[in-house]
Amino acid sequence: MDEIERMVNEVDEKYREGNVRIPSGCAICGYFSKKGRALPAIDAVDAMAYMHDRSNGLGGGFAGYGIYPDFPDHYAFHIFYDNEHAREETESFLKIRFDISNMERIPTKKVYGISGAPLIWRYFGRLEPEVKAHTELDEEEYVCQTVIHINTKIKGAYVFSSGKNMGVFKGVGFPEDVGEYYRLGDYKGYCWTAHGRYPTNTPGWWGGAHPFNILNYTIVHNGEISSYDANRRFMEIYGYKCTLLTDTEVITYIIDYLNRKRKLKLEDVAKVIAPPFWSQIEKMEEKEREKLTTLRNMYASLLITGPFSIILGYTGGMMALNDRLKLRSMVAAEKDDVTYVASEECAIRSICPNPDRTWSPAGGEPVIVELEKEGR
Amino acid sequence: MIDYIQPDYEVVRNKDLCIKCKVCVRQCANEVHQYDEKRDVLYADNSKCVNCHRCVTLCPAKALKIVKTDHCFKPSANYTTEIIKDIYRQADTGGVLLSSMGTPKDYPVYWDKMLINASQVTNPSIDPLREPMEIKTFLGRKPETVKYREDGSIEVEKFPNLELKTPIMFSAMSYGSISKNAHLSLARAAEQLGIFYNTGEGGLHEDLYKYSLNTIVQVASGRFGVHEDYLNAGQAIEIKIGQGAKPGIGGHLPGKKIGPEVSRTRMIPMGTDAISPAPHHDIYSIEDLRQLVFSLKEATNYKKPIIVKIAAVHNIAAIASGIARSGADIIAIDGIRGGTGAAPSRIRDNVGMPIELALAAVDTRLRDEGIRNNVGLVVAGSIRSSADVVKAIALGADAVYIGTPALLALGCHLCRSCHAGKCNWGIATQNPELVRRLNPDIGYKRLVNLVNAWSHEIMEMMGGMGINSIEALRGNRLMLRGIGLSEKELEILGIKHAGE
Ligand code: SF4
Ligand code: SF4
Repeated sequence: MDEIERMVNEVDEKYREGNVRIPSGCAICGYFSKKGRALPAIDAVDAMAYMHDRSNGLGGGFAGYGIYPDFPDHYAFHIFYDNEHAREETESFLKIRFDISNMERIPTKKVYGISGAPLIWRYFGRLEPEVKAHTELDEEEYVCQTVIHINTKIKGAYVFSSGKNMGVFKGVGFPEDVGEYYRLGDYKGYCWTAHGRYPTNTPGWWGGAHPFNILNYTIVHNGEISSYDANRRFMEIYGYKCTLLTDTEVITYIIDYLNRKRKLKLEDVAKVIAPPFWSQIEKMEEKEREKLTTLRNMYASLLITGPFSIILGYTGGMMALNDRLKLRSMVAAEKDDVTYVASEECAIRSICPNPDRTWSPAGGEPVIVELEKEGR
Repeated sequence: MIDYIQPDYEVVRNKDLCIKCKVCVRQCANEVHQYDEKRDVLYADNSKCVNCHRCVTLCPAKALKIVKTDHCFKPSANYTTEIIKDIYRQADTGGVLLSSMGTPKDYPVYWDKMLINASQVTNPSIDPLREPMEIKTFLGRKPETVKYREDGSIEVEKFPNLELKTPIMFSAMSYGSISKNAHLSLARAAEQLGIFYNTGEGGLHEDLYKYSLNTIVQVASGRFGVHEDYLNAGQAIEIKIGQGAKPGIGGHLPGKKIGPEVSRTRMIPMGTDAISPAPHHDIYSIEDLRQLVFSLKEATNYKKPIIVKIAAVHNIAAIASGIARSGADIIAIDGIRGGTGAAPSRIRDNVGMPIELALAAVDTRLRDEGIRNNVGLVVAGSIRSSADVVKAIALGADAVYIGTPALLALGCHLCRSCHAGKCNWGIATQNPELVRRLNPDIGYKRLVNLVNAWSHEIMEMMGGMGINSIEALRGNRLMLRGIGLSEKELEILGIKHAGE
């Protein structure tokens, strides 16, 4: 987008993510091969097309895992730039911290329905040993802080993907158009998640589309959580700055905090954010009761209320979770080594017409799939 | 000597309705109503009337009402009637003016300047009649980290917590300032409701030890009635540093309220004034507080959470931050509009600050410093309805203490004369004749009704916001909007203005 076009879009700034809080409805889907087979991204694009009416053309995106086998141990940074100046500044910032093995514009193609795209670049890099030796932070935390720095301090630059051997592709438009724009037909991975957005603000900013990513975690989310500010204010105690004011952002931070920093198992993370009711906990056998009571009490402010369905992608796994009242639709299915999850069953059947089984996961019951360990 | 002070109220008797049954004469402990046998007339000495409505309520013919007198001074916005009368009073006696209950002054009530959110379209409201709505609350310090054992079970550092079925407790009111029947009503109601009542600083009557599971025992500067069994009798111990109605000063229970039972419970001689000093004589700084916290923990084997109760004063955020690092498990803050059984009027009406601002400032500060989870936060000082409770929790409180509303449920008519010890409703008195008027069998039920009604309303409002668990409301300031507040007030409260 050049300067002239950008002027037209300036009104959007006021209602951009981060300046206002934006509830949004959505469509989500994801699939995962336990055997680690490379599944085509294009299935996700097709599935999203089936749920066209759940999005309104104001945001779509995809996340794939195992997509960069040539650079499995490099951080893959995907970055939006508003202009060349932001790119130069970001690159010089990155280059003193990372050994960049490869950098390129992410290949795209012109698609009707996609406009206003920023400059989109990708970098594969490893943390400089020198930097690693001197920082007091552990490596992941360092990378995380680097991303936060670029996103908040460098004007016109936004890192939207920063994990290893994974990547996010997102933009403003219907998800199927965004998929075509990024030429997703060229990508394969053992896990894909996708998101189509129905936000209640005027769009304009590509960074506001989903999936939301931090390190290797990606989240796609459908819903509007009523606990937002309680969750946000708790996370800010632990140094997370919620700059986008979106549900997805805070949910991602909660999972990062509990799973990466506090080392809680994902099934327990699910029990923190969507716990059983006290009346159910009271009826459980003692050990379970004690555990859930403790978790609910200690992480009380991380309980999420209001409707949500989320799909979390992480290295080697995928977790789908509904709010505890199941106020948002979510269906799961299995066929051979692949597990599917989507807002609507039609989306699954569009890419897998005869699943071995389909079910509707109960509220608060996570569906977790992980790569089979070798030798099992 | 000329009495300069004319009565504030007039007793109006409708002669057509009055049947001369003389109930009023017997009911008014202030001896307002007199019967002149010779003339067969009932008349009233208005100067003694405190406007407590006892006679009005009990008059079988409904022949009585109390009206504000229209007798007046020349109007002045500066020298108001109250100010003039106070000056006369002090010129008469040379004494400090005493009063009771919360300040009647017109300070802003921020609860009434905050509006609550509700869901429309983008997310659904939840119907509490059809879906579970959870208001169970834990009070106390929370651990941060979890360790897994081999078998997948978890190990965390354990801190004693209080478990409340609803985030409402009865605040400290001592036996002595209120009657045994009032205490009994509070204890029984707390038991039935799954919450706690608070002994206040007057010790614990031996008949009330059986409500131990729902008792918080208080240790104040006078240390009245404090001994080992007492400390272990409650589920938590509250160190009272201050009270919203009288920050910076101690307590005063007049000797006339100290009969044999109060004397035994407080462990002080009968008829002597019970005066608790302004500071604790072993707490002159924050490290001393830490020592007291830990000696109480030692005395109770680290099994009970320690509450530190303070009055809302200007530097409240920093003070609370110090307390959160002192080993205390819960901080209770009492605002300027909080009630009292007796306080110097000037202090009650001029010292401290509204609880809403104090709460917002403290919650923000504790979060900024990363220590909010070290402590539970309880607020008091004029929580008047379930809406106030919801707003307090959304601002960041874990639970609230209610005092005045509990007394109102027991029949108090807010005549603000508790310090006189002649409460016609049997609440703030030790006169056995008057105490008998409060029947604990009825009293506790009224308290249970009140708290249950509020709990239902809390659930109703939560459901409207699409929240089905109280923890998701706690600190959820986005659910509040200010109305008619300045930029600065909004900033301190940490909320946006309506329309934003
Ligand atoms: S003090 Fe109370 S009981 Fe006595 S006259 Fe006044 S209102 Fe009636
Ligand atoms: S407790 Fe009794 S004396 Fe005190 S304000 Fe209420 S009615 Fe009046």
